[in-house]
Amino acid sequence: MAVAQLLPILLGIAWLIPLASFVAILFFGTRMGAHGKGAATVATSSIGASLFLSLVALVAWTTAGPPMPSPHHDEGHASVHRNNTDAGQSTRPVQAVVFRSPGHSAAGGSHASGHGEHVASASYSGDWYTLYASGALRLSIGWYIDSITVLMFVVVTFIATCIHVYAAGYMHDELHDVTDSEVQLATGEPLHREGRFPRFFQALSLFCFSMLGIVIAGNLAMVFIFWELVGICSWFLIGFYFERHSASTAANKAFIVNRVGDFGMLIGLMALWGGLGTLHFGDSVSSATGQVEPGLFELVRPAENHHEQQVPDGLVAFAAADQIEKMAAANPSRSELRREVAAAVPGWREQGYGRWLLFVAGLGIFCGCVGKSAQVPLFVWLPDAMEGPTPVSALVHSATMVAAGVYLVGRFFPVLTPDVLLVIAYTGGLTLFIAATIAVTATDIKRVLAYSTVSQLGYMMLALGVGGWVAGLFHLITHAFFKSLLFLCSGSVIHACHTNDMRKMGGLLKVMPYTGWTMLIGCLAIIGAGVPFVLGFSGYYSKDAILAQALLFSRTNPQHSILYVAVAGGAFITAFYMFRLWFMTFAGAPRDQHVFEHAHESPRVMTAPLVALAVFAVVAGWALPGGLGVESLLEQSRPAGTAETITTAGILGSITLPAEHESHVGAIHVTATLTAFLTALAGVLLAAAMYLKPLVSPAAVAHAARPIYTFLVHRWYVDELYNVLFVLPALGVARFISAIDTQVIDRFINSLAWIARQIASVDAWFDRVVVDGIVNVAGSVTWKAGLELKRVQTGNLRQYVMFIVVGTVAIFVLATLLFRTSFAG
Amino acid sequence: MTFALFGVVSVSHYLVVGAILFTCGVVCMALKRNAVGVLMGIELVLNGANVNFVAFGSEYLAGDGRSVLGLDGEVMALFVILLAAAEAAVALAITLNFYNNHATVDVDRADDLHG
Repeated sequence: MAVAQLLPILLGIAWLIPLASFVAILFFGTRMGAHGKGAATVATSSIGASLFLSLVALVAWTTAGPPMPSPHHDEGHASVHRNNTDAGQSTRPVQAVVFRSPGHSAAGGSHASGHGEHVASASYSGDWYTLYASGALRLSIGWYIDSITVLMFVVVTFIATCIHVYAAGYMHDELHDVTDSEVQLATGEPLHREGRFPRFFQALSLFCFSMLGIVIAGNLAMVFIFWELVGICSWFLIGFYFERHSASTAANKAFIVNRVGDFGMLIGLMALWGGLGTLHFGDSVSSATGQVEPGLFELVRPAENHHEQQVPDGLVAFAAADQIEKMAAANPSRSELRREVAAAVPGWREQGYGRWLLFVAGLGIFCGCVGKSAQVPLFVWLPDAMEGPTPVSALVHSATMVAAGVYLVGRFFPVLTPDVLLVIAYTGGLTLFIAATIAVTATDIKRVLAYSTVSQLGYMMLALGVGGWVAGLFHLITHAFFKSLLFLCSGSVIHACHTNDMRKMGGLLKVMPYTGWTMLIGCLAIIGAGVPFVLGFSGYYSKDAILAQALLFSRTNPQHSILYVAVAGGAFITAFYMFRLWFMTFAGAPRDQHVFEHAHESPRVMTAPLVALAVFAVVAGWALPGGLGVESLLEQSRPAGTAETITTAGILGSITLPAEHESHVGAIHVTATLTAFLTALAGVLLAAAMYLKPLVSPAAVAHAARPIYTFLVHRWYVDELYNVLFVLPALGVARFISAIDTQVIDRFINSLAWIARQIASVDAWFDRVVVDGIVNVAGSVTWKAGLELKRVQTGNLRQYVMFIVVGTVAIFVLATLLFRTSFAG
Repeated sequence: MTFALFGVVSVSHYLVVGAILFTCGVVCMALKRNAVGVLMGIELVLNGANVNFVAFGSEYLAGDGRSVLGLDGEVMALFVILLAAAEAAVALAITLNFYNNHATVDVDRADDLHG
């Protein structure tokens, strides 16, 4: 299978090119042309090359043909594993086999029927490089490629290319010295600093590399590595104007809030690693033994169990450690024990061992996604992340960073239990509602979009949570296009007006036609505009899919029908605030004449990406003939075993996860489409009534609903709440610790130092007086003796002779006397 | 007790002569201000010693006819003469140089080496 070898190479290179660009700009950025102007060219062309390779990969994927029904039976499945013992470089197709029951039997699960027709949905996995191997434990840099991987590569590289081009225009201020009027120096003057043009593109390249690394990752450890890399890149970029206090705070906030989520993710990783000893998604060939080792997906949804979810043996045994200990006490033989444990595992599984562990693992991974994808309760970082330059906001909020969380939930979908999915659905529902309501009162154009992003991410999470795997990821892709478009448009507006405040804008469509019309397209796409049942913008299709799945879910689980209400209500609010934004900015009369007069259309380098993105915002959802639409491409890689309706009695009560294809059934589909259309229409009409034709005064509404308005303006007091709950206690603890540090530890150290000083001063006195005294006395005696003896050396020859004579006589006399005394007696 | 002047000439007589010569030399060295005079005193001292050497080395003077010291005394005397000649040459050279520099050979003026 040529495509199996081709895809990892293509996508691998596409993944590494931005890294090369990063390294090049890092070392030679400032030498690339005047003030590093060439860095933009390097970064843009490298991401463009990645885009090209990704497109080739997409073509290769589609020409390899949509997966055809194959006559494989369960017995035949094992033979598909072509055992390639080429360690580390194994390129091996792992055929995930989707079980499809003959009659699409409804709720209750259909795994009872035996050997049916199988649809092979291909995914390719393998390892490039093994980082660490010890026994069965193995960490590696590898790939897991299916249609969502390929699609995400195209989306990420395409949007990143547009943003690179746009940023080359937007960031031109950084090409020369910058005077940042928002930063006051101690002298009262604004900050004057060097431009940081290459640095911006360097971080962008690293950002793209990290995001693509998450997308291609073949195991959770690798995901985690690039997850953190994305985090640090966002920190670089959000804090790009780090001299501004608000920017550095926002960067830190994003980073710290993400740490909270990553903590949960680490717990999930540990649960899986400890219980299963592998973090690979797909089956992989061990570089040490050459054996095929089942990946997470195979372990949780084994082929012999018709890909129905079950707690893997490893987790069961992990949870039943106390039972195993009992057995080991009774039976010392290891092989015997192993056999006994293996025999007991199904029984333990029936008893529910390991169910909580799988729940915690899924919840932990989702916890990381909550941080990265800005879900409740960790969404507070995202609006603050607007402090970064607008191209960064566009990148962070569409194709990278926040997309990573949704992507990981989608990728990890087969392992998530219905309980976890329910938690995800409720988190998403809460997020979409809270964020949408906050967006209604925001006046900062970028903040409206930021909350809209949070809200749309909530949609995706909710869709995944109610079993809409395709719907959620479909919305992720369409949203990436129109949200990056909207952000770039807002950037263009800010570029022209030099303000973020919508209350100073208005009537800009006349002066900024390109920006205005493309932004209108973006707004129509995000509200899911379209002619029902005929044709629509990209958002029309993805949002309909979400609504239909949510509706189906609330039909099958009436106790959770509030989710559908949230989705429908969210659609209404979305339409309202998006058109509020557009009307306030582009329609009506200019509110601030000064701003209006200075506004101008952006240069072509900035409008061209807008047009390109606008085209995709329109067509990204269209189903092309031959199964080439995004939706049908996604369907090809639907995780095995998720295509049917399954009812489980989970930890959080009985949940029926409806099959997604059933949401396309007439009754559901029609209801959902009409709901979406009517709510969106109502939202747009209300926005028009309030902001286009002043039938209803916004001020009057705000006044009438004063408490709600204040509540929303203060963003549900979430930041204040966190301030009281976490920041202030943390600061209090820090102050306490610092008091201990200064009062106790420092004092102790200082007294030690004082004692040491006293001892040293005594020592110094002794040294000075006694030791030095002795030495000095010896020296001065010698000196003085020398001075005295010098006088003997008169230089008078005759005197010397006298000395000789006298000395000789003296010696003679002395010797005579001594001889007398010694010998005479 | 026989007065030495009337007894047989023995080593002691020579020693007296040597001592007189030595003493004269020392006195000459100590009293002469002329450098050449000092050199002469040195010659006297050395020759006083030489007389002693020869006397102690003489077979005849030993009295009992026994060869006491053989020719050692004479050889030693020859060494001393040789050394005296060499020393006189060096000393005269120093004296000449001193004269060239100071226009005198008064050793009391030659105190450049005082401490």
